Amino acid sequence: MTPHAGIRHPDGTEASTSEVLLVEPSTLSPARRMATTVLRSRELSIFLVLVAVTVVATLKNESFLFSADGWRNFWVNPSLLLLLAVGQAVVVITRNVDLSVGSVMALTAYLTGRLFIDQPGLPIVAVFAICILAGAVLGLVNGMLVAYFNVPSLVITLGTLYIYRGIVLSWAGSDRINAGDLPSDFLALGNKAILTIPVLTIIAMAVLAAVGYYLYTARGGREFYAIGSDPDAAVLYGLNVRRRVLAAFVLSGALAGLVGVLYTARYGTVSSGVGSGIELQAVAAVVVGGVAIFGGSGTVWGAAIGAFLLVTINRALPSLGIEDFWQRAVVGVLILGAIVLDRLLANRQARKLAEAREMTT
Amino acid sequence: MTGSSTPVLELRDVSKSFGPVVALRAGSLRVEAGSIHALVGENGAGKSTLVKVVAGVHRRDGGDFLLGGDSVDFGSTSDSKDAGVAVIYQEPTLFPDLSVMENIFMGRQIVGRGRRIDRAAMYAEAEGLFGRLGVDLDPRRPARGLSIADQQIIEIAKAISLDARLLIMDEPTAALSGVEVERLFAVARSLRDEGRALVFISHRFDEVFDLCDTITVMRDGSYVATHRTEDTSSPAIVAEMVGREVADLFPKTPAEIGEPVLEVEGLQSRGVFHDVSFTVRRGEIVGLAGLVGAGRSEIARAVFGVDGYDAGRVRLNGREIRRRSPRAAIDAGMAFVPEDRRAQGLVTEASVARNVASVIRGGLARAGLLTTGAENRAAGPWAGRLEVKTNALDMSARTMSGGNQQKVVIAKWLATEPDLLIIDEPTRGIDVGTKSEVHRLLSELAGQGMAILMISSELPEVLGMADRVLVVCEGRITADLPRADATPEAVMHAATRQLEVAG
Repeated sequence: MTPHAGIRHPDGTEASTSEVLLVEPSTLSPARRMATTVLRSRELSIFLVLVAVTVVATLKNESFLFSADGWRNFWVNPSLLLLLAVGQAVVVITRNVDLSVGSVMALTAYLTGRLFIDQPGLPIVAVFAICILAGAVLGLVNGMLVAYFNVPSLVITLGTLYIYRGIVLSWAGSDRINAGDLPSDFLALGNKAILTIPVLTIIAMAVLAAVGYYLYTARGGREFYAIGSDPDAAVLYGLNVRRRVLAAFVLSGALAGLVGVLYTARYGTVSSGVGSGIELQAVAAVVVGGVAIFGGSGTVWGAAIGAFLLVTINRALPSLGIEDFWQRAVVGVLILGAIVLDRLLANRQARKLAEAREMTT
Repeated sequence: MTGSSTPVLELRDVSKSFGPVVALRAGSLRVEAGSIHALVGENGAGKSTLVKVVAGVHRRDGGDFLLGGDSVDFGSTSDSKDAGVAVIYQEPTLFPDLSVMENIFMGRQIVGRGRRIDRAAMYAEAEGLFGRLGVDLDPRRPARGLSIADQQIIEIAKAISLDARLLIMDEPTAALSGVEVERLFAVARSLRDEGRALVFISHRFDEVFDLCDTITVMRDGSYVATHRTEDTSSPAIVAEMVGREVADLFPKTPAEIGEPVLEVEGLQSRGVFHDVSFTVRRGEIVGLAGLVGAGRSEIARAVFGVDGYDAGRVRLNGREIRRRSPRAAIDAGMAFVPEDRRAQGLVTEASVARNVASVIRGGLARAGLLTTGAENRAAGPWAGRLEVKTNALDMSARTMSGGNQQKVVIAKWLATEPDLLIIDEPTRGIDVGTKSEVHRLLSELAGQGMAILMISSELPEVLGMADRVLVVCEGRITADLPRADATPEAVMHAATRQLEVAG
């Protein structure tokens, strides 16, 4: 490869730094390089969309953000979806998908109620532990089926979506868990706030930070990306693909289990229909947040902002006086827009890279 | 390098089969420390299978496998890495979404405090590796979009960073320019001088004789002989590699060459190929030769309409073909047998009859319904003519050998009665016996007046089969050689010409 100085376009103009950057070592300072990375990131652009939506809705109606309820809802409403999106993002990064999270969440939500009713002395921490474990086991079943039977995860988790939901339906029947069945300490957890930030949100943020940190800084975290980027190459690299895929599904299941408990704490009532369809919202949050549906790229930070954006838009549109039909359509437009944007950017980059290569040879 | 010292690698009569196909009959190899050992043989001689056994990709069926004198049995590639074996595969295997640095260190990243991966240390080491290799590559950029040569550099950096005692390179130079090859050789020699053992697989004899001190020849999955480089010569090696008359392998019968069938003019796809013009005439077999990644398959795919192109025209029998429309190409009389037939050319779960009939469904259907009877009636004559050895037409295509699968794919397209057949790597992954059958078939089809465009990486196949050879290099046609002028030297020269000028 020739040195990058003096690379010219056919029309004689000097190639811009960003184009040369694609092949040659970067000459930018670390700080500027970091700034460029952040500025170009998908996370920043959807974060700006989120800010814009919030600002517009608040200008229209001050109580959207600046009222006790508005402030609380802004934080607490996306928290459960955010947790599911974090789990989903990890699964999608490995080029899989987990459609069973809504059913897992329903199972542990009902399990939470039953534990409080049937085992009155059980400490709240134990209930959390049992439900997270139950979710992890259900995730393990998904993971085993995907990793060992070589069937696409879309099909496997579509199956377990119905199976797990069937278990809830036959177990709960028409029975409901009501707030009266639950200890007041537990219900308080769903409403408590620290420095005006709801506890549920703090839990969600803590999980997000832990998973995000792991994905970025741990060997295991990077292997998720490698597997999603090219599963065959991952095998040649000697990565333990099965174990990683299994781990992704266990994490997704465990987080869905946690969401079940938090749902019960927040709403106080649980029926067998809890969480129907939320798996698609989780996938939507992940895709809007910039995680490529074919794996290998994206971050849980993006997925989390995606979850915030979807929930906030849904809350903002009615207050902006937009019809019900359009409220749903907006989510659809966001998803399609995100995918089309990804495609366009990928094509543009591929073309740039090919041209940059031609200029250097 | 005496026989008494313990060799780094020793293989004795190692065998490996994939279903009915014997890929490796009795592979033997003995590599000493501080030596660069060439492994040569024709395509399909079992070299790559041998390498994959050593790498832990495949488990051997039989024979002895000793590493540093100890018998080993690798169940995965991580086992072989742990034992100090690094392999550079023929086709680079990288993660396109990840950075160059992550590609080098994946699975064994440098970790600092709290098992946190240390990116700064890895960037520094990656830059050090590239410095040692003398290349200027940004370790921060994603691997997606890198040229094959750059990808190969990453593979080499990866292997060096492993600090391996045994380094195997499976045709690492196939896509490299002259300067890049020299750089690679300098690195290989310095690794040898450090006392490591290297195995080098190449088809380029000048490289083998330039670099290696020992040569082992394989043929048809078996060990043939090992020589010290100074005691042998390239004609002697070729004789051992081939072991039979080349002419018998490629039974090309002369055919009468008629008017042009396919005319391609000024075809261009930015960043892929440029200014591609050629014709294929009735009864003519035109070989499209070139290095891996030169753009041969891309040209074929654009001609057939699978991929688009920015400029240029494709005409069949004088009529212009709409771009990006395989359907239009098929209707006009074109047929395309892709390189990866399992993925692109064959529904492996379906029966032979269904596969053969799949492209002529429209003509077979009665009132929109397609019956198995009609499919079998239509498939029968074609399968018979190609001697597809399946017990019945309803046998699943998946269970057949590579050669028979290839014949089913060809049969599928012949059922459309095309004027032009484009065939990409007609004999890849096919055992030697079936190869000649595929060649005879192509020759017969040309004899009946079909125009054939054949892409092949096997030089003897191109030279043996083609009436005319077009050489592609970096997306351009650099030579158009009639059969009489098409020597291996002329083709290789044209295939590497631009690369060397650029280097």
